[in-house]
Amino acid sequence: MMTKPAQRLTFFLLLAPAILWLGLLIVLPHVEILILSFSERVAPRVYAFGVGNYLEFFTEPLYWRTFARTAFMSILVTALTLVLAFPIALYIARVAQGRVKAMLLLLCLLPFWVSELVRTLGWMMLLRETGVISYMLRAAGLADQPVELLYNDGAVILGLVYGGLLFMIVPLANALESLEPSVVEAGFDLGGSRWTVLRRIVIPHAMPGIVAGSIIVFMLTVGNFATPVLLGGKNGLWFTEQIYAQFITRFNWPQGAAFGMLLLLLSSAIVWLGLRLTGQSLGTTLKQA
Amino acid sequence: MTLCIGSVMAHSTDLDIVNVTKRFGSHAAVDEVTFSVAPGEFFSILGPSGCGKTTLMRMIAGFEHPTSGDIRIRGQSMIGVPANRRPVNMVFQSLALFPMMSVGENVAYGLMCRGMPREDAEERASRMLERVGLTGFGERRVTALSGGQRQRVAIARCLVLEPTLVLLDEPLGALDLKLREHMKIELKQLQGTFNTTFAYITHDQSEALVMSDRIAVMNQGRFEQVGSPRELYHNPATPFVASFVGETNRLQGEIMASSDGTVALQLPSGMVTRGTGRVPQKAAVAFVRPESIALAPSQPALRDLPNRFEGRVSAVLFDGANSSLLIETLGFEQPVRAVLPQAGPLAGIEVGAPIHVGWTADAMKVFAA
Repeated sequence: MMTKPAQRLTFFLLLAPAILWLGLLIVLPHVEILILSFSERVAPRVYAFGVGNYLEFFTEPLYWRTFARTAFMSILVTALTLVLAFPIALYIARVAQGRVKAMLLLLCLLPFWVSELVRTLGWMMLLRETGVISYMLRAAGLADQPVELLYNDGAVILGLVYGGLLFMIVPLANALESLEPSVVEAGFDLGGSRWTVLRRIVIPHAMPGIVAGSIIVFMLTVGNFATPVLLGGKNGLWFTEQIYAQFITRFNWPQGAAFGMLLLLLSSAIVWLGLRLTGQSLGTTLKQA
Repeated sequence: MTLCIGSVMAHSTDLDIVNVTKRFGSHAAVDEVTFSVAPGEFFSILGPSGCGKTTLMRMIAGFEHPTSGDIRIRGQSMIGVPANRRPVNMVFQSLALFPMMSVGENVAYGLMCRGMPREDAEERASRMLERVGLTGFGERRVTALSGGQRQRVAIARCLVLEPTLVLLDEPLGALDLKLREHMKIELKQLQGTFNTTFAYITHDQSEALVMSDRIAVMNQGRFEQVGSPRELYHNPATPFVASFVGETNRLQGEIMASSDGTVALQLPSGMVTRGTGRVPQKAAVAFVRPESIALAPSQPALRDLPNRFEGRVSAVLFDGANSSLLIETLGFEQPVRAVLPQAGPLAGIEVGAPIHVGWTADAMKVFAA
């Protein structure tokens, strides 16, 4: 009892950086953006409260279509990342031992030592008309003129999957690592085929990791800016580009703020829906992540 | 004619292990092991940890592959048959219940793997749960069960598939003592009701002695002796079996004289003891069970015994019916351990009391050291 005030002080001091960080860099700007998003320009330099910025999103097809496209592609990217990451995570968690395991995780991490922009530029060098792949296709006689592999949805998806892999592999490997080897053996021993064991034992066990990885990858993908812009070019049509355009090109901050809030709300709604559909709770998922 | 004999042979045993060897690098974990298990038999493999018994069991289950030799189940070679195609099911040491499934789903899993429709499988599973005394547990999570209940689910999960052979890998290891004693009896009864062949591995000699029809004692990858619990206990074939199965007193010495199976063994102190055994060399070890040692307050009572010694009680190990005395005996390096009957006149003996000990030549088994 004697130490209680001192303990409490220590507690708050330790908590202070986190609270300041959250409060000043996340909560405060969002409150500002929320207020901004409800102000409508009625005359030059005159603003009034209203929901016009939000209505704009629903009445102008370009905006909500761009959002729908972004959401759909992000779900696709998340699914592709999951399919690609699962065998890798399974190998890292169940097959690789000791140093090999550490090295494989390091290999997954390595590309992240380079900035996202540089990584994306790397993909551009590979994919552009005068790039490495185009050259190799011509050299192999598979194409008779330069091939443009950039500026299409495929390139955008490729770049986004590449950027998301690590964030899927780590929670998945974590989840798979905790699966007791004898449980898998029991699955085979009782007559299960590889597919049955995967479907009824491995995947249900890894579910919290799958959900955690999917949420992270989905959120990162929806909010990505550089990859769709650089690899998709004019065809990128990512919702973040709309926000950028409102804030920077058109200098319509209230509209950009409304889009920002909508992106937050709608992507949260998609995550919530995903959790409901897979029957997972956010609590268990966070523990896994 | 040969064909006829062949088919008869196929039904006379459930499991045949023929010259099975498993090497990990240069180390032979299982070394030229051969044995057969008859239908309905409770067969145990008893050995200290690291003796190769788990490797042997995993080879029977199909998780490891023998370096050489053959494993036959009802006459069919299992070499190259994957684990999920063998008529063998295993109860794992950790039980390995599926935590993502309910109790009923755990039991129905194997049936559904065979392509049985869900309703039928669940129906069969619930009937199996009734037979192991878990009526109405189908919907529960396996994490909500007690140790003994989890045990029964693990066994029910195997038995519902009606396998030729159930393998049990020290399944009682994780239970507390009281429950372990109870489960020993229950396992034996389950095996009797289902009349399924059990192969049980354990390092606990009491588990093996209580439950088994036959026991193989395994040491360093080899079988030391195969026999009924009584045979192993009363007529151990090797010093290892004599010391590993049951409590025993170990004496080391040199053979002075031997004739027709009886030997005179001289201890380092010069004291001479008489035992049974055929030892072709001088150095020898001898074993006497604590319950074979007769105790008396005075010398004349032990007059008829060839081995008679005099000592002093150095410790009273009171453990109810299993109570024993440690007796500091003249001429012996180690104190002699003797069972102390709690119904006898010596029940109240105290540390320091003088006492006479003795045993027959039959009770002392002598082996080459």
